[in-house]
Amino acid sequence: MPILSYIAGPREGKKQELLEELNRLNYCEAFPADNVDILILVTDTPDKETEEALQKRLKHMKNMESLSMTFGYNDELYEGERNDSEA
Amino acid sequence: MTVKLDRRSFIKSAAATSAVATAASLFPGISFADWKKQTGSNGMITWKKAPCRFCGTGCGVLVGVSGDRAVAVKGDPKCSVNKGLCCVKGYHSVQALYGKDRLTRAQVRKNGKMVEVPVSEALDLIAAKMKETIKKHGKDSVAIYGSGQWTIPDGYVASKLFKGCIGTNNVEANARLCMASAVTGFLTSFGLDEPMGCYEDIENANVFVTWGNNMAEMHPVLFSRMLAARKRKKDVILIDFATRTTRTSQAADKSILFRPQTDLAVANAICHEIIRNNWVNWDFVNKHVSFHKGKTNIGYGLEDHFAFKDKAENMTFEEYKEFLREYTPEKVEKISGVPAKDIRYLASLYGDPKKKVTSFWCMGMNQHTRGTWINNLVYNIHLLVGKISTPGNSPFSLTGQPSACGTVREVGTLTHKLPHGVVMKEEARKMAAEIWDVPVSNIDPKPTYHTVEMFRALDRGDIRFMWIQVTNPMVTMPKLKRYRNGALKEDRFIVVSDVYPTPTTDVADVILPAAMWVEQEGMFGNSERRTQHFEQIVPPPGEAMSDTWQIIEVARRLGFEKQFPWGKDEYIGKIWEEYRRFHASPKHNMAPYEVLKKRSGVQWPFVNGRETRWRYNAKYDPAVSNGEEFHFYGKKDNRAWIWARPYEPAAESPDQEYNFWLNTGRVIEHWHTGSMTRRVPILHNAVPSSYVEINPEDAAELGVVNGEMVKIISRRGEIVMPASINGRGVPPRGMVFVPFFDEKYLINEVTLDAFCPISKQPDYKKCAVRLEKA
Repeated sequence: MPILSYIAGPREGKKQELLEELNRLNYCEAFPADNVDILILVTDTPDKETEEALQKRLKHMKNMESLSMTFGYNDELYEGERNDSEA
Repeated sequence: MTVKLDRRSFIKSAAATSAVATAASLFPGISFADWKKQTGSNGMITWKKAPCRFCGTGCGVLVGVSGDRAVAVKGDPKCSVNKGLCCVKGYHSVQALYGKDRLTRAQVRKNGKMVEVPVSEALDLIAAKMKETIKKHGKDSVAIYGSGQWTIPDGYVASKLFKGCIGTNNVEANARLCMASAVTGFLTSFGLDEPMGCYEDIENANVFVTWGNNMAEMHPVLFSRMLAARKRKKDVILIDFATRTTRTSQAADKSILFRPQTDLAVANAICHEIIRNNWVNWDFVNKHVSFHKGKTNIGYGLEDHFAFKDKAENMTFEEYKEFLREYTPEKVEKISGVPAKDIRYLASLYGDPKKKVTSFWCMGMNQHTRGTWINNLVYNIHLLVGKISTPGNSPFSLTGQPSACGTVREVGTLTHKLPHGVVMKEEARKMAAEIWDVPVSNIDPKPTYHTVEMFRALDRGDIRFMWIQVTNPMVTMPKLKRYRNGALKEDRFIVVSDVYPTPTTDVADVILPAAMWVEQEGMFGNSERRTQHFEQIVPPPGEAMSDTWQIIEVARRLGFEKQFPWGKDEYIGKIWEEYRRFHASPKHNMAPYEVLKKRSGVQWPFVNGRETRWRYNAKYDPAVSNGEEFHFYGKKDNRAWIWARPYEPAAESPDQEYNFWLNTGRVIEHWHTGSMTRRVPILHNAVPSSYVEINPEDAAELGVVNGEMVKIISRRGEIVMPASINGRGVPPRGMVFVPFFDEKYLINEVTLDAFCPISKQPDYKKCAVRLEKA
């Protein structure tokens, strides 16, 4: 169940379209920079299959020029720590 | 709401934070106003304003709260300081609240071991010990040592208790170690403390000169504003004038390196060139400037009980010009290593009437055995050409801590100060006595100990009880071993209020768990005279309480209920309104509590509902009353003072035996001694331990490669740590640099406790060491 964040670069003049497109996708939340043509995208998927499907979808978005990951978290890797905090 | 949901929300916020921090490093000045809407859309997080906990920039942040837990931080787009941007420390700041070893219970040393006790028992013990110590050794045997990270109410009640009620001037704060030379610089040149300009100078200047100031790492948000201005305006240049190559040098249009301490000579050479080329703004100088000289060969404060008092004498412009004859660019090149052509270039930038020039500095000029002098000398440059107190023309002393200005300089938590004026002045004592409701005879007219001397007094036994709040002197004191041994001596009683265990809690007899940052209500005051209020946003853990409330509890136990009457739900507002009475004049009026609560910071003087952006300028400053464009009303002659201050060498310079300069400082990831930022996993993992930067050629001669251990030896002590070669900073040959954030490597075992005789601020940038391959 990974949570990832990215800096997304839109194609020229397509920042708003890309923002809307990303926010329509399940498991995605995007918000724009005010003064630079980039977006921040945070994804939160429930399982590996959904994550892979989402990755594929992101790769083929026509308004997206670039996508750089900045943060990655996977519950499975932190299971022990999570159980500690829930105890 | 389940814990699981909170956790996931927290991680998503961290993910967004990380992306924003990355974007900020790629695109200086970038902002994200819609972040609030985005994260608020799930209805789980509410956002509340606060100033950032860390440096003196005073960035406005919004703290995201879920339940009782702070889970995220983002820049406050409504705050004019940072306009929605934060640095990497700011974005991760809430994580510093939740380190696993957070102090939540009081501890008392019993039979040599610290044991947990109810906080009321610890407070009883503190009060009893203070009474006993005063009875046995006199009122000047008890002391409080605070911080530029104290909130304004923290510092105010400390001063009121110790100076007003107990009657001792044993009140100091760690800002003595970082800002004292800035204060004495302001007072000697202008008669009043704190900058005349504001951060809007950044958008108005054409030239920036950073004087020994690695802004890229120490004030990254302001640095990014500067880079954004350079990109937007095209006619902006940045000159980095420093003793080592840093990230700031790498971003600058020109990097000029000088030999340690010789900034004094270069500043005089710039003035020499300004006069020689007749770039003096005569209209400004004739109306608003007077010339003065003080004592020379003033010493370094290395001996106990060192005393120095400067004596100002008037001089004429012609005498000042004669004084500068020694500082030709060619002569100064020999002293400083700065090519004469570069000195002339700097002078031409300051001298060009078409260019607006802002000079920035911080520890490089302040932690200096002639710190007051170098502050004076940079003001001299700006005053000669009349580039001051107008948008873009600003000599700007930056602060290191979030409330060095607000708490230490404005409240006056230094031995000689009161919230208004100094203890030596009867009028100031009378005012304090009236507001504090104590007999005026309570307030001692004689200052006692500045910070270094206070720790010497602890070592000697003149001080027997010391209460340390929000600071970590057992990492930060220069020549540390003497002062740690002093604190550990028999019959010394040390109380430490803090949020995490540190080398200072290691020497404590009582540890009080403190509320941190937004776990309490309070105010900070930043570098540009901006007071910033924050409410209590989350509860403190366990029995932790604000430092203010700890002092109030002890004050009441000492019998001062009348002076500390406030209830827990109102005390911050009441304290603020009482404190504000000290500054009720157009020169320093502070905003009312209700105004502070609403805004993301308010600049003083706050007069008739308006903030003052540029002091001493009739267009902006309501205190100007001479009918002229400028009025330097802080001095009795209503003029700013140019000082003839010579170059004098450092207290200790490299020689045949100890052949390297040692310079110490910070890195962007860590705040001061790292007691908070090392508990933030992302920041800790980014720079997990300290290191010694060595010039590649020196490293090759020593036979050391990157990461190998090096022994640094001075006349005070030695330390073994890993080498960093061609890292983010590169010292010139013959110098090493060590960040001080890491308690595993106590570099202050090696440093020297020499200080500026006027400001009493130690010089952490210069002492002599030798290196060995370990």
